[in-house]
Amino acid sequence: MTTETIAGRRPGALRRLWATLWRPSARYSLAGLLLVGVVAGIVFWGGFNWAMEMTNREEFCVSCHEMKNNVYAEYTGSIHDSNRTGVRATCPDCHVPKEWVHKIVRKIQASNEVLHWALGSINTREKFEEQRPRLANNVWTSMKKTDSRECRNCHNFQTMDVTQQRSRARDRHLNGALQGQTCIDCHKGIAHQLPAGALEAEQKLNESFKKH
Amino acid sequence: MKTGLKLIAAAVGLVLVAATLMPGSLRAGDVRSLRGELAIEENNAAPEVHAVREGKPLDRAYRQQPPLIPHKVDRYEIDLKVNQCLRCHDWPNNTRENAPKVSETHYQDRQGNRLDQIAGTRWFCTQCHVPQTDALPLVENRFTPANAAR
Ligand code: HEC
Ligand code: HEC
Ligand code: HEC
Ligand code: HEC
Ligand code: HEC
Repeated sequence: MTTETIAGRRPGALRRLWATLWRPSARYSLAGLLLVGVVAGIVFWGGFNWAMEMTNREEFCVSCHEMKNNVYAEYTGSIHDSNRTGVRATCPDCHVPKEWVHKIVRKIQASNEVLHWALGSINTREKFEEQRPRLANNVWTSMKKTDSRECRNCHNFQTMDVTQQRSRARDRHLNGALQGQTCIDCHKGIAHQLPAGALEAEQKLNESFKKH
Repeated sequence: MKTGLKLIAAAVGLVLVAATLMPGSLRAGDVRSLRGELAIEENNAAPEVHAVREGKPLDRAYRQQPPLIPHKVDRYEIDLKVNQCLRCHDWPNNTRENAPKVSETHYQDRQGNRLDQIAGTRWFCTQCHVPQTDALPLVENRFTPANAAR
């Protein structure tokens, strides 16, 4: 590869870097280079996953006041925050998929949310409530599509002992399982307040799913 | 002028003496805090925790009584935005949820006009309907249900 150009001028920095990258190494052995590559790979991969995990903690989720003053305040004291057994479900348990591919997809979507945070789209309670019907609808839709995958990381119809439940829950669970319903169909507002017009929105959502 | 000052001093002195002698005046030993006769280092016994009575319908004590709620309600949101009770008790959802339907009286405004949605006067259900715990009455009383007299 040559660094000479037709006009005889020195090429731009990028082109020079590109050229160097592709020039065979005279000084280092292939094995040495491979080793460096592997180590660097591990470091980057580890760093990447570390960053993913850092952003997958409750503290990160509620580090912006939009989340802290609205959904977190409502979640505090709810059944998934404190209960008889002391097992908790935090924000990422319900909102970030466990499998890697789904997780990456969700994180990419989240970068849009960070943009809106910077724009201040929901930086007051009023703005938040205004957007809430849409936001809640997004969560419901994706949960319906995944058969409430995140709930089912912890709960399951198969492993539920309905005989230990009150008749109100038992009847609905047996019936719901038969009809192919999913957790979110009946358990909206489990961790946060509902948006205005939630019941009408629920009906509309159910109808749009029936059509497909 | 001098006698005036003396008079005032005497009056103040009299009031002070009277205040300390008067029965019912506040003295440190008389103060009873809400936590009762308990030294500051001691802790009160925690009150018992009572569970909500669930599952069985609860008896009504008189004809006009709003029926008591036989289930927990602490997770159901009722505010300006939504009323989650209606998700189960409003027609036509009640058939799906196997829940008793909100009676027709709840769809009439105060002029008696029939509405297609819950009347504003009935929006806050827990004003009238309440769950019951398995606690005993706090105060002894002689209440008997209306139909016991017949
Ligand atoms: C990290 C695990 C986890 C996840 C994820 C999770 N839950 Fe739970 N859930 C729990 C635990 C733990 C309890 C409390 C059990 C107890 O002690 O009563 C609970 C309790 C509940 C209850 C009972 C409420 C009550 O008042 O008794 C419901 C309903 C429920 N979860 C629904 C859901 C739904 C719907 C989702 C998905 C949006 C979900 N859960 C996701 C762990 C989880
Ligand atoms: C057809 C509607 C329906 C579906 C679908 C449904 N539930 Fe429920 N569930 C209920 C009702 C009704 C209750 C009792 C009332 C309440 O808690 O609001 C209940 C209660 C519960 C409870 C508390 C049980 C108890 O004994 O207190 C848990 C936990 C729960 N549901 C989890 C789930 C999970 C997880 C799923 C999805 C796998 C699910 N439910 C799907 C209607 C449903
Ligand atoms: C038990 C599962 C669960 C947990 C834990 C949970 N959420 Fe949610 N979240 C939901 C569901 C379900 C919705 C959809 C709307 C609804 O039904 O309330 C939702 C909706 C939202 C929304 C959209 C706005 C809205 O209110 O509808 C935001 C933002 C949100 N959650 C953030 C959080 C944050 C931050 C935390 C941690 C403090 C958290 N969630 C914890 C289940 C959960
Ligand atoms: C998940 C569905 C559901 C929700 C939400 C719900 N209920 Fe119920 N309710 C029932 C069912 C089912 C019954 C029948 C008794 C039983 O099986 O426990 C009932 C019974 C009652 C009764 C007794 C009626 C009678 O004639 O004896 C009252 C009153 C009541 N509910 C009020 C409320 C109020 C107020 C709210 C909101 C704070 C509410 N319910 C929320 C399902 C629900
Ligand atoms: C102003 C008081 C009041 C309010 C508010 C109120 N109710 Fe009632 N409710 C009553 C009375 C009184 C009765 C019994 C007489 C009747 O049926 O009208 C009753 C009856 C009922 C019944 C039993 C119906 C039957 O046929 O057995 C249900 C269910 C019920 N109410 C649900 C609700 C719900 C849900 C709300 C909130 C949306 C609500 N109520 C708000 C006073 C009230």
